[in-house]
Amino acid sequence: MDNINIKLEEFQNKINAGEKIEPKDWMPEEYRKNLIRMISQHAHSEVVGMLPEGNWITRAPSLRRKLILLAKIQDEAGHGLYLYNAAETLGISREEMIDNLLEGKAKYSSIFNYPTLTWADIGAIGWLVDGAAMVNQVSLMRTSYGPYSRAMIRICKEEAFHNRQGYELIAELCNGTEEQKQMAQDALNRWWWPALMMFGPDDTHSVHSEQSLKWKIKAERNEALRQKFINMTVPQAEARGLRIPDPDLKYNPETKTYTYGKINWDEFFNVINGNGPLNKVRIAARKKAHNDGQWVREAAEAYANKRNKNFAA
Amino acid sequence: MSDTQWKLWEVFVQLKTGKPHEHVGNVHAPDAELAIQNARDVYARRDKPVSIWVAPSECFSATTPKDNEAFFDPVDDKIYRHPLFYKIPKGVSVDIE
Repeated sequence: MDNINIKLEEFQNKINAGEKIEPKDWMPEEYRKNLIRMISQHAHSEVVGMLPEGNWITRAPSLRRKLILLAKIQDEAGHGLYLYNAAETLGISREEMIDNLLEGKAKYSSIFNYPTLTWADIGAIGWLVDGAAMVNQVSLMRTSYGPYSRAMIRICKEEAFHNRQGYELIAELCNGTEEQKQMAQDALNRWWWPALMMFGPDDTHSVHSEQSLKWKIKAERNEALRQKFINMTVPQAEARGLRIPDPDLKYNPETKTYTYGKINWDEFFNVINGNGPLNKVRIAARKKAHNDGQWVREAAEAYANKRNKNFAA
Repeated sequence: MSDTQWKLWEVFVQLKTGKPHEHVGNVHAPDAELAIQNARDVYARRDKPVSIWVAPSECFSATTPKDNEAFFDPVDDKIYRHPLFYKIPKGVSVDIE
């Protein structure tokens, strides 16, 4: 066997033995590239994910809800930073990742291109979007790349409240007036399918996914994660008297899972490729925030340089 | 003007007195003062640590994984560093209660 194949075999053995790969370890270029793509997309999703929720900070109906929302959005910023850091250990700079996002070259979760039209949407995001993200992230705690796994463990610990506050918000609306209940149902109607799309298309026959699973970059297939989310979420909706907007949804008592209707993947690809309701608005908002912050970054750096000079003199 | 994301700092957090400082990740910051503030915002939003250390990432040196075998190897052949290498005669105890 030649050198590279021996290395590849050793690498695979290490992963099969459940060992984590750390930044300075040898790794195949494909592994590195895949992880950079995946972790940076994940980081961008956290950061762009602040925007739909930020839309409601000033309109939160109570101080309690406002504090919760602020804390949650602050967590998303923190989670973005954990993930950018994890990606940086693979040799890409944060400048480059952020440039890619602002120039529209990088992808982020398609769900954040949908608008938050009513207060119930804030509940639906916590309950469904963070719920779906958590199913994915709990699975990713087992990823073979050490820094990514550690970031996931930290994020999952913090994010448990995101999901719960969302469900609590929806439950409150369901206990309210007929109009409030209708608002909760309307939010579920609009967020249900995009939430299912978050797991990505069925990857049973994807060669790309096969390799990711073999290297344990991903721990489970998209379809398995989606099914887990559906099985978990449908009873939560029913318990509040809400109806899942899927006429084909059916419980199979034998397998204890729900079969569900066809997902509109044309919509998914359309949104991912930049044509969702708010893709342009989201990127414009990120650009503005980035440009508006430039003088702060420069001033802080100039101040640090000046102090260092004085110190050296 | 080219953009700046500030340099990288390693962050260590001590969660309780008597416990070691543990590496938790990195932050970007222009100087130590802001690195500590950023570390608080990023890594201490819930648990209340007793101490945070930061140091510029460029100041760290580390072992090289591919040299691990040779570098850490001497450990294996010095079993006389472990207490159970020694036979203590029956009927005597040398363990501290």
